Amino acid sequence: MSVRVVLHSPSGSRSFLERGLLLLVMLIFLEGTVLTLGAASSPDISAQDNTGGHDHRGIAGSHDHTNYTYTKKAFPVLSLDYHHIQVPFEISLWVLLASLMKLGFHLIPRLSSIVPESCLLIVVGLLVGGLIKLAGEEVPPVLDSNLFFLCLLPPIILDAGYFLPIRPFMENIGTILMFAVVGTLWNAFFVGGLLYAVCQIEGTYLSQVELLPCLLFGSIISAVDPVAVLAVFEEIHINELLHILVFGESLLNDAVTVVLYHLFEEYSGAGEVTPMDVVLGVICFLIVSLGGIAVGAIYGILAAFTSRFTSHTRVIEPLFMFVYSYMAYLSAEMFHLSGIMALIACGAVMRPYVEANISHKSHTTVKYFLKMWSSVSETLIFIFLGVATVAGPHAWNWTFVSVTVILCLVSRVIGVVGLTFIINKFRIVKLTTKDQFIVAYGGLRGAIAFSLGYLLDKDLFPMRTMFLTAIITEIFFTVFVQGMTIKPLVDLLAVKKKQEAKRSINEEIHTQFLDHLLTGIEDICGHYGHHHWKDKLNRFNKKYIKKCLIAGERYKEPQLIAFYHKMEFKQAIELVESGGGVKLPSAVPSQVSMQNIQPKKLPPPVAERALPQFTKGREEEIRKILRSNLQKTRQRLRSYNRHTLVADPFEDGWNDFLLKKQRLIELEKKMTEMSNYLTVPGAIPDSPTMCRARLASDPNAFYNIKASSDGVPTIQVDLASPQSPDSVNMLNEFSKEGHTGQGLGQREGATGKGLGQREGATGQGLGQREGATGLGLCQREGADRDEDQGLMMKPAGKGEKGEEEGGNKNPGLMRCLSDPGPSNEDEEDEPFLP
Amino acid sequence: MGALQSLPDEPEYRDLSEKTGFSFEQIGILHKRFKQLSHNEDTLRRDDLNTIPDLSCNPIRTQIIEAFFDKRNFHQNGEGTVQEISFEEFLVVMSHFRPPALDMTEEQREIIRREKLRFLFNMHDTDNDGTITLEEYRHVVEELLSRSGALGKETAKGIADAAMLEVASISMGHMEPDEFYEGITFEHFLKILKDIEIETRMNIRFLNMDTTNLCK
Repeated sequence: MSVRVVLHSPSGSRSFLERGLLLLVMLIFLEGTVLTLGAASSPDISAQDNTGGHDHRGIAGSHDHTNYTYTKKAFPVLSLDYHHIQVPFEISLWVLLASLMKLGFHLIPRLSSIVPESCLLIVVGLLVGGLIKLAGEEVPPVLDSNLFFLCLLPPIILDAGYFLPIRPFMENIGTILMFAVVGTLWNAFFVGGLLYAVCQIEGTYLSQVELLPCLLFGSIISAVDPVAVLAVFEEIHINELLHILVFGESLLNDAVTVVLYHLFEEYSGAGEVTPMDVVLGVICFLIVSLGGIAVGAIYGILAAFTSRFTSHTRVIEPLFMFVYSYMAYLSAEMFHLSGIMALIACGAVMRPYVEANISHKSHTTVKYFLKMWSSVSETLIFIFLGVATVAGPHAWNWTFVSVTVILCLVSRVIGVVGLTFIINKFRIVKLTTKDQFIVAYGGLRGAIAFSLGYLLDKDLFPMRTMFLTAIITEIFFTVFVQGMTIKPLVDLLAVKKKQEAKRSINEEIHTQFLDHLLTGIEDICGHYGHHHWKDKLNRFNKKYIKKCLIAGERYKEPQLIAFYHKMEFKQAIELVESGGGVKLPSAVPSQVSMQNIQPKKLPPPVAERALPQFTKGREEEIRKILRSNLQKTRQRLRSYNRHTLVADPFEDGWNDFLLKKQRLIELEKKMTEMSNYLTVPGAIPDSPTMCRARLASDPNAFYNIKASSDGVPTIQVDLASPQSPDSVNMLNEFSKEGHTGQGLGQREGATGKGLGQREGATGQGLGQREGATGLGLCQREGADRDEDQGLMMKPAGKGEKGEEEGGNKNPGLMRCLSDPGPSNEDEEDEPFLP
Repeated sequence: MGALQSLPDEPEYRDLSEKTGFSFEQIGILHKRFKQLSHNEDTLRRDDLNTIPDLSCNPIRTQIIEAFFDKRNFHQNGEGTVQEISFEEFLVVMSHFRPPALDMTEEQREIIRREKLRFLFNMHDTDNDGTITLEEYRHVVEELLSRSGALGKETAKGIADAAMLEVASISMGHMEPDEFYEGITFEHFLKILKDIEIETRMNIRFLNMDTTNLCK
């Protein structure tokens, strides 16, 4: 087998060799599968063995009691019971195969730039199917409808629904519905009807095919497939409008397909269709689609509501979302409603609320799981398509197949052009000819059609195999021919591509601004248009729904602020990940600092220097201490707990973010008061961004603020706690050291505090730590200074004790300086010495 | 087409239609609305717009209303504000929101784009000095967030600062600490919003049907 593999893999460049190797590994795995299948096909042997052994034992037991233990077989130290694990094992093998293939294709960038991944996967599926067949085994019915509709499809659709770009989707909903409903109907009847006509022509040997099966076939084949569209469109990076048009159509035409399918299936047995049935069909369509959306929305709201209360069990948060969505799908399928629409609705409804409720980590988990599942499902589906092609019984009829392919193409083109002609009369942004072409050409068919065809009853539809063959051919044609050529065509036609740039804050501001502006203009014109209703809905959402579904205060947060916070948060994370603990980039990493844009506000009243400025080396040292402290607290792990993750100060819940921010603002006020009291000029009260930016642009800024000379604070901060002799000692030591040391300590505290605060605005957890360590540092600084001046304050141990004491004795100050977050206590316990 | 019958005189409408690109029906409807808002006067005042109930919840209401009384938006190279506007001026302001035609050349597209952005820019640049200063920008964001209570004020400042910093870094590249970025000029404004397809977004649908009696 391996020889074949080597022959298969084209030799030459290194990457191809690599690929060959990978294929080899793969096929070894496959051999495993085949063998297992072999074993599986003869399960009776092992079963017999079992029963035989059992009988024997039974006989032995009944015949002579005494020798029972002796006649027993030796205890099997190692036994092989493959049958026991067969199903999960084979599933795992398939998944492994899919993942390895996905991995393999990404190692060969050149290949995947020419051929879409979906095509490659189908080819792999064909190979695998061929191998299984060569091994003389029965090819398993991999694309069995239950497996497909209940396991493989939901993850892909949920992923699509959850990440559905709501805005363009809603803006183009009319066009999408037009394509999805009218377009699909047109396709179904056009293809079905003309196929029937062709079948009636003498000499095609197809005269036994009746009208209804033809229409049924037409309705199966006419629906654009979301899986195929996603797979191909993701690679060509088409602009948002076209993407949402084709993709939205593929999602929403499910209801039409379901209804047509059931309708024709029902009546192809019974024969006649009366006008009454048509009316019923229309009603059924409404129920199927709207019912599906309703079911999905209900589950979505439930999920959002549940997530309101999960703040104490963060670990299972993501699970709720998945389970609710799956339930939505299953519930919809139970009533033969459109499961796809239910999933889409569920994902889209729950997203904004759930995102506000669950922790940042959980959200990342949700995103990753969705992507992981959907990509594995997608891979499996394409591989299975290949396998099923090899497996299935085929009835090839040239006429039928070629007519199908041609009719599909023709009807799609006519449908799109005709519908666009109507739609363009209503659209503000018209669809150009290029757009129409891409929409028509992007109508790929896929595995849903195949599975629906597979569902057909053999007895009712004697031509089922022929249908299946035609469906597979059509899928192959669209996926291979159209899928492979669409990319060059997009380039050739210079269709506008997607802009990859991430959204900037200016764009967000202006998007919001535009929304309000347009709503306002519509109101002035007196038209109740699109924007007007959107605004109404938004306000309703904000006023009532968000209040119910979002925990805490976050529901009040306007979108712009949320966006801003998200941006800040992202940067904070990036900052932490990049390892920089001290240099704080402003909200926008740039060469330009806040000073440049700030209107000429004069610096604070100038006073001469009271404190020695730090040398560069000293600063470095401080940074080092800060950093190591940071790392230390980070590395300290809590004991293992199954229900919570080890708390990581850097990724404290996103939900706490706002609360902390508010606290920080209060703190800032308090701080300015306090610094007034200490007569150390605090930072100029500015917006947080401004401060951060200034700090970023000039880390020395804080050290440069000069304190007035007699303003050097004697530390009369009412520390308010009972003063132990030790602390008095400390104070004495400090005062012995003179104004400088003390002042320095305070100063440092102030800057540390300032630093922490500014940091806090970006990454709360970080800020907190920094604030605390900053304070610790300032004390430590005092000690250092003593040493510098040769005072040799005390042995290290004592110093530490004193500092602990210091930490204990001014909890009020500590509270003020560092954000009193939940994890504060253990920091206080910790010695701040590195 | 009930609106058509109430047209005062055709030639005047033809003139307006050429000037603004609206169809006769649309002009008729807008005229009716204008009369409704101005209580059958020939001119429209700020108060007339201020009393539109639907507009009362709009956070940027004052800016929208100001835009109607801003001479810069009348295509006449004027400056400053006026106290009342005639129907023609009303139409000209409205015409900034007209959807573009189906087939445009690149140049036409660019012209429309600039016009629409200029309108936005003028809304921000209240003192008409050609730049949006930090103060002005802060004001814009504050207005945007004015419906969100006390929380908004502080954050608005931060957001405006961050946005301004972004503009400065995009348009200026590197700046020395002692340099000063005056504000967003129109060129920079074009640059930062180049990814927003303003020509396809800053449009509303001007109906050919009369719906004014439905509205408050």
